[in-house]
This record gives sequence, structure tokens and C-alpha cells, in this order.
Amino acid sequence: MSFAWAKQYEPKTPLMKWLDEKLPLPRLVYNAVGAGYPVPRNLNYMWNFGVLAGFCLLLQIVTGVVLAMHYAANAQVAFGTVEHIMRNVNYGWLLRYAHANGASFFFIVVYLHIFRGFFYSSYKAPREMIWLLGVVIFLLMMATAFMGYVLPWGQMSFWGAQVITGLFSAIPLVGEPLQVWLLGGYAPDNAALNRFFSLHFLLPFVIAGVVILHIWALHIPGSSNPTGVEVKQESDTVPFHPYYTAKDGFGLGVFLILFSVMVFFLPNALGHPDNYIEANPLSTPAHIVPEWYFWPFYAILRAFTGDLTIPFTGITLIPAKLLGVIAMFGAILLWFFLPWLDKSPVRSGHYRPLFRKFFWFGLIPAMIALFICGGAPAEEPYVIISQVATAYYFLHFLVILPIVSQIEVPKPLPFSITEAVLGKDKAPAESRAGSTDAGTPGALPEGSLQPAE
Amino acid sequence: MATDTAVTRDLESQEGVRRRDWIHIAALSTAGVGAASVLIPLISQMAPSADVLAASTTEVDVSAIQPGQAIKAVFRKQPLFVRRLTAKEIEEANAVDVSSLRDPQTLAERTKPGHEDLLVTMGVCTHLGCVPLGAAEGENKGEFGGYFCPCHGSHYDTAARIRKGPAPKNLMVPDYTFTSDTVIRVG
Amino acid sequence: MTIRLGGIIAGLAITAVLVLWSLLPGAYNLAFGPAPEQQPSYAFYEHGEGPEGGFSFDGPLGKWDMAQLQRGYQVYKEVCAACHSLKFVAFRNLKQLGYTDAEVDAEAATWTVPGIDPNTGEATTRPGEPTDYFPSPYPNAIAAAAANNNAVPPDLSLMAKARHDGSNYIYALLTGYGEPDPEKAKKVGFETPTGLYFNKHFPNVNIAMPPPLSIDGQVTYADGTKATIPQMAADVAAFLTWTAEPSLIERKQTGWFVLGFLLFATALAFLSYKQIWAGVKPRKG
Repeated sequence: MSFAWAKQYEPKTPLMKWLDEKLPLPRLVYNAVGAGYPVPRNLNYMWNFGVLAGFCLLLQIVTGVVLAMHYAANAQVAFGTVEHIMRNVNYGWLLRYAHANGASFFFIVVYLHIFRGFFYSSYKAPREMIWLLGVVIFLLMMATAFMGYVLPWGQMSFWGAQVITGLFSAIPLVGEPLQVWLLGGYAPDNAALNRFFSLHFLLPFVIAGVVILHIWALHIPGSSNPTGVEVKQESDTVPFHPYYTAKDGFGLGVFLILFSVMVFFLPNALGHPDNYIEANPLSTPAHIVPEWYFWPFYAILRAFTGDLTIPFTGITLIPAKLLGVIAMFGAILLWFFLPWLDKSPVRSGHYRPLFRKFFWFGLIPAMIALFICGGAPAEEPYVIISQVATAYYFLHFLVILPIVSQIEVPKPLPFSITEAVLGKDKAPAESRAGSTDAGTPGALPEGSLQPAE
Repeated sequence: MATDTAVTRDLESQEGVRRRDWIHIAALSTAGVGAASVLIPLISQMAPSADVLAASTTEVDVSAIQPGQAIKAVFRKQPLFVRRLTAKEIEEANAVDVSSLRDPQTLAERTKPGHEDLLVTMGVCTHLGCVPLGAAEGENKGEFGGYFCPCHGSHYDTAARIRKGPAPKNLMVPDYTFTSDTVIRVG
Repeated sequence: MTIRLGGIIAGLAITAVLVLWSLLPGAYNLAFGPAPEQQPSYAFYEHGEGPEGGFSFDGPLGKWDMAQLQRGYQVYKEVCAACHSLKFVAFRNLKQLGYTDAEVDAEAATWTVPGIDPNTGEATTRPGEPTDYFPSPYPNAIAAAAANNNAVPPDLSLMAKARHDGSNYIYALLTGYGEPDPEKAKKVGFETPTGLYFNKHFPNVNIAMPPPLSIDGQVTYADGTKATIPQMAADVAAFLTWTAEPSLIERKQTGWFVLGFLLFATALAFLSYKQIWAGVKPRKG
């Protein structure tokens, strides 16, 4: 799709003309991330993280493929081959630290991308499919990251594999055989390590495939923007290239500076020292935690400390372990329903006074609390804090969001993106005249799309 | 009016922006330099690692090799042939007209002074890298009594020089020194 | 509508389960239940600091102190190596500490490594070569445990990265031996178990390792440095930092170069971005 005013690709040389006839790849790129893709002119820096996430995926695939040239997925030697990379391989330390910290930065970028979506309701119609694919990408990322963390075969790798596959043992009846099947044994060993390596290598390419779908789906309605008002006219947009390629280039520079500070000066700050101890199936570290990017969900898992029982009978309906597992997976899976839980006709949090309060003073503090509790030992006060935060998390998405979106009175929206940027008086007169029923959904200029219901 | 910004932009690109083009050129060139530098670690990681480079010397005790016998040692994960030549083999090697050889070298050039009877070569055929026969007892030594590569039929003489077949060069003599009368250090 | 109704019901249900079966019992227990038991040993743990003035390699501009690394190597060789392996470090790596090739060859030869008799194929020992890795003092973990009161002495190659703030931790641990305050110990009923040693910087203060550095002058430094216990502890901590991360200094130096380049490139990218957007996005109002 494209807006009617989108620039058309015109091959300039005979070679490019020939190529355009046989395989219009340059045309595809031109329309996808080139001058042929009109983008709202008012995107703020929160819109940089999509491109940065794509860069992170590329970074992880490139460094990962290279590391796989030196790594051996065998429990006898895996830890040693990682040390071989660190000590003997030319620039091996750089490649490994870039890959390990790259995973963390990938999650930082993706979390910001997701929370951008929460605040600006980017998941709303007509962009539900983009959102659903995004959640799929996030789930695949979590699986990939978890399996990647097992590969160095340190203490945290080993016990992480043990504990996370142990989650599946909570499932009634099939749970324990399922865990044995996942591990290919009764404890993590060669079988588990090898399959995790194989899948850790495969999944990023699956992610890349879903990313292509994600971008494809994005190009159907076009990018959202901070006002949440759909594009109506040409003055609302600028071509992706050079305007947003330049902005993304600057954003990439800032990202790389922060990334380099971590890789070169604090490469182990986001890791855990115990993973420099070789896996020992006979001794569990005193305080096992997953990687930081799983902490909020780990806190939700651990928040359920009591079995669901029928009071005074001693009959257990659902054990605490299973409750925790259901809640942890539910916490992410509920994102799939967001486009239909949020009923508001307005997208952007800027024009939703009540929603905005719950976002800044509810969701964000709850996420921070969950993050801190997930990384802390299972002691008070962290347990109670994580329970309160978990309760808020579910209430926010499942109860508050549907009700608030129904009852709140949104602030008046600007007529168009141009008006939001230039101010009412300076907006091109034609843009107001062009549509007499300004602000009424459904009667929009040709080429623009339906706003949220 | 809807297109006015586009028009202004075009005008700008013709006048105002042109004199600032150097910024874009500089930014793009710098990005190019950065991208190219990233290739340095990506390429050099495939070169031999520090442990491989360090393991590049081998010591071989040659005292037990009788004339006419050869042993196989390992040098840089490749076979190394060490052969004690008999007087007859030395004579045969010296009898050849060097200029008639494909890779002209005398036996003396291929051995160390004072140890002309000790022939140290890589056991790697110079054609495509197979291991020639002839080092072990009873193996086919080829038409010239040295080594014979079964892959594509290269024949080497008693000085391990190529005499017949597709191989372009003599079996390579690695760098080595005698650390004592009976021990050589290769590499 | 059904999705929202279902969501509200599910949200209320999961919150009710959490609050009624987990949060409230937990809060009740916290308020009225017995206080969680503390191990008496926790009363004695003190967080350890690094040596006074820090290490030469600390901070983004840090550098190795080669003389210190060489002294630390001597402490490892003469003291630690009796029980601890260093399996990821090869003798050839010592070249990084400022030794020449010949010195590395000679140093390697002073170590005995496992070998194979070339004639009989039987297991034997031979002098080390630069390509060999530091040998383990025990043939296997069972032998190590048997010789050390069931506590296997850990490999030291990565020790400085395998503990929080590892370099300072090693220093603190080696200087943290002593006796617990007797009065305090009596009050909380604390006693160092037989076969273990009191060390206030070890997480549970009872460590299986006897004090490795027990007297000043335990090693005699070739460079004349006075071998006090803190000096030896700092030296070996520095050496073990190097064994854990031989590329530490190279990494930081590369980092400065990369950061400088990126700052320059990003500044250009910013100017280019502003240039492109000039005239398109006037200020509001």
C-alpha cells in the first residue's frame, strides 16, 4: 500500500531498469524504507526503536554466527570453548562481549518499543496485526535468549536450564514427562545443550522472518504517530528517506555509544559472576536469578506463594507453582488481547488524561517494582512488593484499561498532524477546507485510513 | 497548498542545502569507515587463534631411525616424514641431473650440513594435499623409490623431489634445526 | 465486548487468587509470624574492600603493573598452586607479563605436567612446554576432595570474574582471616566448626581453606618488594585478575578509540539530520 502522493521508484540507469524488470528488489527497498514510504512528519525519538531493534537482530546474528565458528555444544568442553574464544581467538573477547551485551541491548530497545506501543496505543486498529506479530517476536526473543544463556555452561546456565524447564513440570499429568522430554534426560546435559544450541541458532532466523511480516503489516496502514491522528494529506508526511534514515542514523550513533561503553568498560555488569563457574550438577548457587530482562516475569512467577485451596478442607485446587507459571505466561499472552481490551476512540496517551495517569503512576512503577523484586532474593519485603505489583499489573491491563477506555473523556484532538506540528493558524488552509466535516471519522480524504473506532 | 512543503524542500535542495552537502558526505563517509572497521574483527577471527599459532613447533627424536627407515611425526596437525637415507639412496638422488627436474633442488639443499642422510619433509603431496605412501614399511614407494601419492599418482624420488605425476613441487622441507645431534626442532 | 468482559473477569480472578491465597497469608505471617531465623554467622560478615589506593588496572584508564603481576605469579606458584589449578592459562600466556621467550621456556620447564611415554605409551610426567596449560595439583576432583577435607579447591583461572567485585574480593578474603570477637560469639552461640577457618570476608564466614598467607615474608620477591601479607594478597589478586581477563587493558584501550570515533560519527550524523530537517519542522506556535 501507499499513500497516493508516495514517490514512485524510477530506475535511472539501464542496469537498474533491467533489474527492476527482472527482480524489483531496489523498488521494494525504496518503497519499504526509502523515499517511497511516506511517514508522519511528527514522530518523536520513541519511534527510533523499531529500526534499532532491527539493528540489534542483525548484530546478534552476525556475532552469533561468528561465535558458533569457535563454540562447541558439548557439556565436556562448552565452558572451555567459551574461554578459548575469550583468550585465543582473534578479537574473540570483543565478539563474545558484543553478543552477550547485544542481547541485553536488544531487550532494552524492544522494551522501549513495546512501552511506546502501550503509551501511544500503537496496537489499536488498524494496526492490530503489527502488534500481534510484535508479541510473537517478543516471545521468540525470550526463548532464544534463554537458550543462548545456557550455552556457556556456567552455573547460571545449568541451573537456569534446570529451573526454567522445571516450570513445565508444573503442568498437571504431563508436566514431569514433558520436562524430561525437553531436556532429553533427567537433568540438563549434552542432549539439552545440543538442542538448545541448535534452536538458538535457528530461532533468530525465524525472528527475522516474523520481523519481515511485522514490517509488511506496518506498511499497510503506515506508521502511527504521537498524536494518534491518522495521516490525511501529503503535508502530514515526509518521505522515510532521507528524513527518517537521517534521524535513525543519529539514533544508531547514540545507541552505539552506549553499547560501546558497556562492551568495552563494563562487559560483565549485566551478567552474573556465577556464570564464570563451570556448571556443577551437584551444587546450586546460593542465589539464582535469570538474566535481568526476565526479572519482571520472574517476579510474577514467584509472587504466587500460596496454593489455591478450599479453606478449612485442605483440598488443593491449584498448587502455587502452577499458579505462578500460569500467571507468568498469562502476563505476556494477555498482550495479544490488548487491541480489543482498550476501547478508547483515541490512541495517543497525550490526549487520554485518565489513561495517562494510570500509565505513569500505575503501570510504570509496577513494572519497576517487578523488575527489582525479580532480581532480589525471595525474602521480605520483596515478596509482598512483588505480589502487590503483580496484582496491579493484571488489574491494569485486564480491568483498568477496559473500564478507563470506556469512561474517560479524551482531550480534543488536533485536526491533522500538520496542525499539531505547525499550530492551528499556520496549518495550510486547504487542509481544513479539504474536509468540511473536520474531526468526524469516516469522511477522510482519499488515501488516508480509518482512525481507531 | 498541500504540496507546498514539498516544493519548498525542492527549492532548498537546489540552493540552501547544496552548500552544506559536505555534512552529508562527511557523515556517510564516516559511517562507511566505521562499517569497514567492523570487518576487521569479523575477518581476523577466522585466522589461526593464539593457541594454534603457539603450537607450531615440534621436537622429534631421530636417534632411533635406521638407514632406510622413516617415521611419521606430526607438525601443525600435518604429517611430517623423517627418513634416514641409505648410501644407495643418497647416490641415486645425487645422480640425477638437477636441471632436468620439475622443481630443481639438490639433496644437499634439502638437508642440513653434516646430516645429509636425514631427509625431513612434510608428508603432504604438493598436488592437492594427500599423504603420500612410502614412509611405512612395505608401502608403495613409487617408480623412483621415494614416496608415491595414491590420489593422483605423483611419484617422488629418494630426495622427495617430484619426478612424475601432477604435483608441481617437491615435498616441502619445513624450517627445522638440530637442537642436539639426535633431536630436531621443527617450526 | 466479550473480550473485555472476559478480561475483567480473568483480571479480577487472578488478582483475588493472588491477594487472598498469597498476599494476605504472607502479610499475616510477616506481621504476626515468627521472625525469620538468621544464621549466627551473619553477625560476623563484613564486606571486604580492596587494597588501599586500589589496583593499577582499576578504572577506564587503568593499566597492568607488570612488576606486580610477576610478583603475583610468584605468589600463585609458591603458595596457591599447591592446591589450586589454573587450567585456562598456558605457560605461553606468561609472555604477556613481560617475560621473554627464553624466560617463558625456562619457566614452563620448572613445572611438571602429565605426559605420555613415547615408547611405552604409559602415563608419565615431563617438564612443561610453553604450549602446556598450568597443571592441576590433583589428578581429579575426588582426589582433590579427599586431600582437602571434602572441599575441592576451585580452579583460579576465572576467580576474579566469578565473584562480585572479584579482584577486591580476593584481596579481602586473603587478608580477612582472624578470630571472631569472643564475646559476640558467645552471645549468639557462634563457633567455627572443626576443620573450617574463620574469615570475616567469606560469605558465611566459615571457609575450608586454611589461611594461605600466614606470615610476612612467606615468599621472597626478586624485585626486593617487602612481602607483607597485604602486599602478597594484592599481588596475587592482580595476577588472578589478569588470568581471568587477559584482554582487560587491550579492551579498555580499544574502547577509547571506538568511543572517540563514535562520538565524532554521531556528531556528524546529528548535523546531517538537523540539516535535512531544517525547514521541514519549524518550532511549534
